[in-house]
Amino acid sequence: MSTETLEKEVNEVKKTSEPLLSKKRRTLLTNPLDEDNPITIQVLGICSALAVTVALKPTMVMAIAVTAVLVLANVVISALRNTIPNRIRIIVQLVVVASLVAIVDQVLKAYSYDVWKELSVFIGLIITNCIVMGRLEAFALGNKPWDAMLDGLGNSFGYAWIILAIAFFRELTGSGKLFGIKVLPDEYIGNGVMMSPAGACILLGVLIWIIRSRNGYVED
Amino acid sequence: MENLLNIFVKSIFIDNMIFAYFLGMCSYLAVSKKYKTAAGLGMAVIFVLGITIPLNWLAYNFLLKEGALTWISEDFASIDLEVLKFIVFIAIVAAFVQLTEMAVEKFSPSLYNSLGIFLPLIAVNCSILGGALFLPTRDYEFVEAITFSLGSGIGWFLAVVSLAAIREKMAYADVPKPLRGLGITFIIVGLMAFGFMSFGGFELPFKNKEQQQAELEKTSQNTEDVKEVSVANFSE
Repeated sequence: MSTETLEKEVNEVKKTSEPLLSKKRRTLLTNPLDEDNPITIQVLGICSALAVTVALKPTMVMAIAVTAVLVLANVVISALRNTIPNRIRIIVQLVVVASLVAIVDQVLKAYSYDVWKELSVFIGLIITNCIVMGRLEAFALGNKPWDAMLDGLGNSFGYAWIILAIAFFRELTGSGKLFGIKVLPDEYIGNGVMMSPAGACILLGVLIWIIRSRNGYVED
Repeated sequence: MENLLNIFVKSIFIDNMIFAYFLGMCSYLAVSKKYKTAAGLGMAVIFVLGITIPLNWLAYNFLLKEGALTWISEDFASIDLEVLKFIVFIAIVAAFVQLTEMAVEKFSPSLYNSLGIFLPLIAVNCSILGGALFLPTRDYEFVEAITFSLGSGIGWFLAVVSLAAIREKMAYADVPKPLRGLGITFIIVGLMAFGFMSFGGFELPFKNKEQQQAELEKTSQNTEDVKEVSVANFSE
């Protein structure tokens, strides 16, 4: 047997069974954290990034809820991808996501009622969170469930760290607290601008500026 | 009537979908590069919001709310289907958007060409579903719900058109490279939101029922106090 055929065989084996965390798959996880971030680069899921980030605790819950919905929806849609007719795919996606969100809503209502009350309509709005629909359209419809799951995880982590960063600054400067515990001295007077969503908008603008000047992404 | 005017003004300026709740931001940022496309999507949002919120109101009040099924039979008084509200609301919105798209395509191709591409986008616009999800928390009557839906739609239209106008002018400005596009737009939206916050200080000329009730109670209490005082004075 010549080396060429051996190499060919090895390649074929590689094709049929890619390792669970190959290099390509690792980039699925790490890319959305920085150079393909859903919020700062893809411009998806802005509504909740601005509206829920007043304090760290509800933001954390929101990030977990979005992660659960995004990963599960990606897996379900990717498993169904060959049976969904193209014309009605949006409605199918919406129904799958809406069912998942209804479950998340009920779980939150049962186990952390006060946060559920605080988030109010924004739990329901995960359905139309552009990150979920965007990833379903762009990735889950054309890839296998395991890849789709990694993509879902990567994107929701990318989303989570941005909204947590915003919430950190907003809670610290807005009320001098972190996770509801006072960290700044009592003399510090809370900055009302940071508590309003308008302040979040400006903060996010500056954050995007920093991230983009770091990774060199330029919009024309 | 006065109450309706109140809701209308409030939903356009004070509780603006964009500047107070930041709903529908994704499409708001995506289409506000050109004035013309922004106006097109704005009109589409007014139309879809104006129809789907009343529809969702009907679905909520005659199907989902606790005890809403009593119009079928008294036995259903204890049934609470509120768990299903997400699925029902989004299904109504998506189905309506799909239907409108087909109808517009068939009957008015010119309108379809100008509006058609935005219609599928609207099904996943947060402001539509958000408006529907506000219904259970706000307890509107049917006519009030229609007023609210029209007001929110017009508010969204106003917001997107004004941002598009600013962004068209901004093409001549020398913005630092990494800030171009999304970054500077966010800062502008933040500043516009500060502007709109000043509407929050307005005292609306007409009070709603609860406020009127509260005021009545207050004044009647005051007069009672006065009476007591005067009686006390008299007895002295």
